[in-house]
Amino acid sequence: MRKGYITGPVLGALWMVVIATTIAVTMSFATGAAFRPQVLLSLIWGAVAGLVYVRFPARHAPARLGVAALLGLSCLTGFGPVLIGSETTLLALLVTVISVAVVMHVSLAAILKELPFAELTRHEYEDAVIRFCTGFGYIFFTAIVIIPFYVMVMTSLKSQQALLQNPLDFSVDLSQGMALFRSYTELFRDFNFGSYLLTSFYVSVLTVFITLLFSVPGAYAVARFRFQGQKAFSRSILLIYMVPMIVLALPIYIAFSLTGLRNSILGIVMIYPVTTIPVALYMLQGYFRGLPTEVEEAGLMDGLSRLAVIWKITLPLSLPALASVSLYVFMIAWNEFLLAFMLLDDPSKFTLTRGVTMLNSSEIPRQHLMAGAVIATVPIMALFLGLERFMTKGLTAGSVKG
Amino acid sequence: MSSATPPTGTGALAKREARLAWTLLAPTIISVSLVVILPLLAIIWISFKPFTLSDLRPPAPIVRESLRGSGDDLRIEYRLRNSSQEFAIDGVTLSDVLPDGVIAGEVAAPCILDGQDLFCDFGALEGGQRERIRIPVEFDGDPDAFEELVEASEPRVTGSGPSVLTNFEFSLENFARVFDGDEFWGVLGVTLFYTVFGTIGALVMGLFAALLLNKSFKGQGFIRGLYLFPYVAPVIAVAFTWVTLFDPFSGSANALLVQMGLSSEPINFFGERPLALIMVTVFEIWRYFPLSFLFILARMQSIDSSMYEAADMDGASPFQKFWLLSIPQLLGILSVLFLLRFIWTFNKFDDIFLLTGGNAGTRTLTVNVYEQAFAVSNIGAGAAVAVVILMCLIAFSFVFFRFISREEGL
Repeated sequence: MRKGYITGPVLGALWMVVIATTIAVTMSFATGAAFRPQVLLSLIWGAVAGLVYVRFPARHAPARLGVAALLGLSCLTGFGPVLIGSETTLLALLVTVISVAVVMHVSLAAILKELPFAELTRHEYEDAVIRFCTGFGYIFFTAIVIIPFYVMVMTSLKSQQALLQNPLDFSVDLSQGMALFRSYTELFRDFNFGSYLLTSFYVSVLTVFITLLFSVPGAYAVARFRFQGQKAFSRSILLIYMVPMIVLALPIYIAFSLTGLRNSILGIVMIYPVTTIPVALYMLQGYFRGLPTEVEEAGLMDGLSRLAVIWKITLPLSLPALASVSLYVFMIAWNEFLLAFMLLDDPSKFTLTRGVTMLNSSEIPRQHLMAGAVIATVPIMALFLGLERFMTKGLTAGSVKG
Repeated sequence: MSSATPPTGTGALAKREARLAWTLLAPTIISVSLVVILPLLAIIWISFKPFTLSDLRPPAPIVRESLRGSGDDLRIEYRLRNSSQEFAIDGVTLSDVLPDGVIAGEVAAPCILDGQDLFCDFGALEGGQRERIRIPVEFDGDPDAFEELVEASEPRVTGSGPSVLTNFEFSLENFARVFDGDEFWGVLGVTLFYTVFGTIGALVMGLFAALLLNKSFKGQGFIRGLYLFPYVAPVIAVAFTWVTLFDPFSGSANALLVQMGLSSEPINFFGERPLALIMVTVFEIWRYFPLSFLFILARMQSIDSSMYEAADMDGASPFQKFWLLSIPQLLGILSVLFLLRFIWTFNKFDDIFLLTGGNAGTRTLTVNVYEQAFAVSNIGAGAAVAVVILMCLIAFSFVFFRFISREEGL
């Protein structure tokens, strides 16, 4: 196995399958036309390419360029790695041919870098395999993450007929201008989504505030004070993580039905923070422990009371942690589905997630549902991308309820 | 001569500190016990009771008032019935004010007429019992207006029945129903499959993704952010996107499969028996690999690089470094993640509920709680399933605390 003339063709063959599939899927999703990877032919083509690339080690050796060009052009004949349907536009054809040639050349050269033709050392062999796996990993993960979101956004811009006619055709007709966003305008006009957006927003913000109000003193007490039951307490916080929401939701549903809190925003605002307080408390106490006690002791010596110390010294020092916790709690409240689904029936009081659930019916076209999904996703994504550093820290620190 | 001894017991300062600590913790403790501890006790209580969705409204007397007869033979009629067929209601009374200008005739027991005020005391009303009160009346003027006038004044009724929730009768009927038949073991099997494969899959994928990103290059932050998308997006959005993507009629995934010649006809991914369960497990892996990825990456970046340098000097190959250095270092976080994710996947409800609604062989224990309580509208049975879940969780947490406290000192 550890011979250059074996490793090269094997990796080349496998890599060709990966590239052919990737390009076929990408082109299908982009144009809606028929592209098909041909596995057997890809294996043969890739093996040939691998052999050539190992035999001619110069980075841009003419033989390498020649075989890459041949790979691309072979797609036109029907015997290439990618089979192209007959109704494809010239532009798509060109893009496919060029991308097969260029991508293959660049990536194969990188994977088989410095791989001698004959005997390989263990290092050379494993490095080549690792480079292959890395390339595959990037393509694979990027594809599985991007495709669903791409489909979500693109479906929301299409009409029902177009969707049923060719589910793969995601090309958008930009000439229709604002009519492109008709699903969105209909959601905001006929389905009251503006008010759901507002409700979700202020419920989430209130949840963040109440959570901080409760958890900051609690976390401080757990982190700084010595008292009986401190250990037991910080452990039982973790236990609360383990109770499934549906088990709690059932009695809460009964209690709210009996007291008339069901179908009220007040009820939701009462419940949401309690589900986030333990997480927030756990995250904050970890951070507070890491703060130097000397600063606080200095404050105490200068005559501040404990509460003043928390307010004037600890909190300003822990602003980054508070930001992380707030973002994380906001995300939980914004994405919360189960409680909103069980406790809210009145369409005038829906949160966004509850509103989107309402769209999941056979009478409402799919693009409306996807438009709703986009509306629910965009704010949290924008927040996430803007404040990614805090968010990532928050996610890691809280060991996160999911 | 008295010898100096160190003070024993807690001093005033320590006491004050403890008091302040509890004061600061009090809001959290109170709210959490109201919303977590109390419901947990409630659900255990309910699981031993025959409690259905309709019992949410306790039995109550229902009254209807109408004007009957015509001409001289006019009478006001009150019909009273018990809303429940089974349970008696105590202390049932009815009071109403007859409109002005109405002259009532003789009033029979159990009613008393005082001026225009009517008061009837029925005592107890058996389950399904009906009562009828007739009061002959006289009235001058337009009969149509009279009818409106009579029915405009709402009679008030009092009386309360026993709520199933508060009595002290218990039965094991719910548990018998839950454990009866093959269904339960099927549900348990589905839950275990989903939990075990979902957890392991997410861990392996997370480990793979972390290995990819465990080197610094331009755009690393961007890709890390991108790979977190599935976890950060609302479950409702991604679940419905998957349903749309894999729809047998208008789904792109099916169109792609057919076009690539991998399948001759569209596959109903979320509707066929073994496939639906595999698909929800794949969704679980897809949605939660970012979490494992984030933790594993954080741990990887904190491994001391000098160890790898030493290995390089000794001529270790990349695979050897991975298996002999990285994996042992990561074992701690991997086992913590496995236990946590195992429990959370076991508890997962939203994902399956949104993807399949628990149909096509994807009903897990948590979905079964909802299914029993709301689809079959038997809250008691749902509570019994919930208690079964709690039992499993208690068992898990024993394992959890034995391992975790040793491993990462959480």
